Amino acid sequence: MIPMIVILALLVAFLLWLIGIYNSLVRLRNAVKNAWSQIDVQLKRRHDLIPNLVETAKGYMQHERGTLENVTKARNLAAQASGVGDQAKAESGLNQALSSFFVVVENYPDLKANQNFLALQEELTSTENKISFARQAYNDAAMQFNNKIEMFPSNIVAGVFSFKQAEFFEIEEAAERAVPKVSFS
Amino acid sequence: MFELVRANKRRSFAVLVLMLLLLLVLGFVIGSAFVPSLAMTEFDGENVKPHWGFDPTAGMIGMAVAGLVWIFQALLAYFQGDSILLSVSRARAIEKNDHPQLHNVVEEMCIAAGLSKKPDVYIIEDMSMNAFAAGRSPERASIAVTAGLLARLNRDQLQGVVGHEISHIMNRDILFMTIAGVMVGTIIMLSDVFLRSLRHMGGTTRYRSSKKSGGGAQAIILIVALVLAIIAPILAQLLYFACSRRREYLADAGSAIYTRYPEGLASALEVLESNAEPLPSANRATAPMYIVNPLKSSALGLTSTHPPTSERIKVLRSLAGGVSYQAYQAAWAKVSGHGAARMPASALNTAPVAQREAHPDAREPVDAKQRMREAGDLLRKVNQFIFLTCACGMKIKLPPEFKREHVQCPRCQRSLALPVAQIAAVAGVGETLSQETPPRRTIPMAKPKGGLQPLQITCHGKGWTSYKCSCGTVNSFFPAQETQESACKKCGRKVILKTV
Repeated sequence: MIPMIVILALLVAFLLWLIGIYNSLVRLRNAVKNAWSQIDVQLKRRHDLIPNLVETAKGYMQHERGTLENVTKARNLAAQASGVGDQAKAESGLNQALSSFFVVVENYPDLKANQNFLALQEELTSTENKISFARQAYNDAAMQFNNKIEMFPSNIVAGVFSFKQAEFFEIEEAAERAVPKVSFS
Repeated sequence: MFELVRANKRRSFAVLVLMLLLLLVLGFVIGSAFVPSLAMTEFDGENVKPHWGFDPTAGMIGMAVAGLVWIFQALLAYFQGDSILLSVSRARAIEKNDHPQLHNVVEEMCIAAGLSKKPDVYIIEDMSMNAFAAGRSPERASIAVTAGLLARLNRDQLQGVVGHEISHIMNRDILFMTIAGVMVGTIIMLSDVFLRSLRHMGGTTRYRSSKKSGGGAQAIILIVALVLAIIAPILAQLLYFACSRRREYLADAGSAIYTRYPEGLASALEVLESNAEPLPSANRATAPMYIVNPLKSSALGLTSTHPPTSERIKVLRSLAGGVSYQAYQAAWAKVSGHGAARMPASALNTAPVAQREAHPDAREPVDAKQRMREAGDLLRKVNQFIFLTCACGMKIKLPPEFKREHVQCPRCQRSLALPVAQIAAVAGVGETLSQETPPRRTIPMAKPKGGLQPLQITCHGKGWTSYKCSCGTVNSFFPAQETQESACKKCGRKVILKTV
């Protein structure tokens, strides 16, 4: 009788332990999802801002149709992207298009003085900052989740319930890509 | 981050307990010194006889009084502290439309710090440069910056300053500084009352105590109370200031981590230091809340609320590579030459984050005049000025007290009509704002009802005349109208009719 109770107690304890691991995995996955939604909000906002920006710039930049089209194209690509990896790639392209656009803007002092354009630029800057700050939080959450999935013993539970690793959101900074680092040392 | 807050709490708690002990001991000693008859006599059922021992009753009463005074003030500070601080500093809430950049920067820092609720944003009507955070918890917090700060800082610098304030909010510094500040205030007040009353009735006390047999003991207690009354306020303030300085460093480190750009805060501090003007609305009690000392500071070292700004800049500038509390700690140790820890140990094992590039805005020279003008316009907007642009390009800004229907352009002498709809809209905005947030609104808005001056209407010839009231209603006079005065049918605003 007593061995039966002991075995039963051990079994219950083991089950509770498994449930604990499973719950912590779910909690971490939700944290990743939540962090991603924070980024998603800002990405959407950026995609909404860009058509306005292009529209404002159009009147001033008759001769830069190619640059503007590139921005619009990159924006549409980014807006359609799904999945963390694809999104990150599309956003990198958009960053690049935008940075070459702002280089061209330097030649149009009238546009640079336009109140509407300045307001849009401020919004865009802020949104980009928010994305980069939110990206930090997302990648932290993703790393914690991935660690839990890979480490023993939680990797067994993760395998049984097929938890998938979260992708990191890495955007290549446009400035880093465009300007080669030169040192004379 | 969470551990940092916890470590902070533990240490704050220790300091508070120390201060509370000081306060209670002071109360006890003052109580004993104040009531010599109670302390020196004993009633044994038949008669009152002199008692050579020490009777703590009076001391206990003194302790209770000290405690009650503190609890009352602390409760007041806890529930009303932020509104009091904001109204004392003459800060006014601004909307996102008033200054999008400031709001954006605050939102960015909230995301970076993981703050769930965006603090209310206030602007202080002063051209000196400073900022502070208020509010007892991250859920109820406010950030206030002066107009001068907005005018002179670029985006990165502003971000550094806002990051510093958000860091204060995240570390629960404001709550601690308020409660501790109130305690220091109570200690100062008690000693003050005691020393003053001693001066007033010094003669009588000495006379009474010398007549009694317990004069010697009483004199000793009196001397102890005297010494304590002089020392306690100084001790409490030193404790308070030490905490305040330590928290400034911690907030600087937090700002560097949130913005990932320590240079922003460093250069902002540099600008702040070179433009150090005292802020008239600040005082000794509110000084530790600000990012730099808002008072005319002369004393350095033990009695200053803030660490020397030049040292803060040096520490921030020597943060090369990654930013973390650990890196900040190392930089601080290098700059100051001390080995002592400034950061809670739990904060030191966090991973460093890479620094980011400067914002393109920062590289462009700031058009100081233009920025000043913008800051001035913001203040006028908050104060409900009416903006008019003349056909000649002249911008005319009219104070809300301006009640005439027309204004002459100072440049081209053209007569401009005041946009009635705009006035109505401004008045409406004022009303809804004061309804939505009555306790947080620091300066009461002019209520449009009844308080408005009568409208002046000029009537050309005799016939039907109609006019639009500031509430938006169109009223009309019929031709036979005899009276010179009428009222709007909707809002009841008085109208004076003039016939030409």
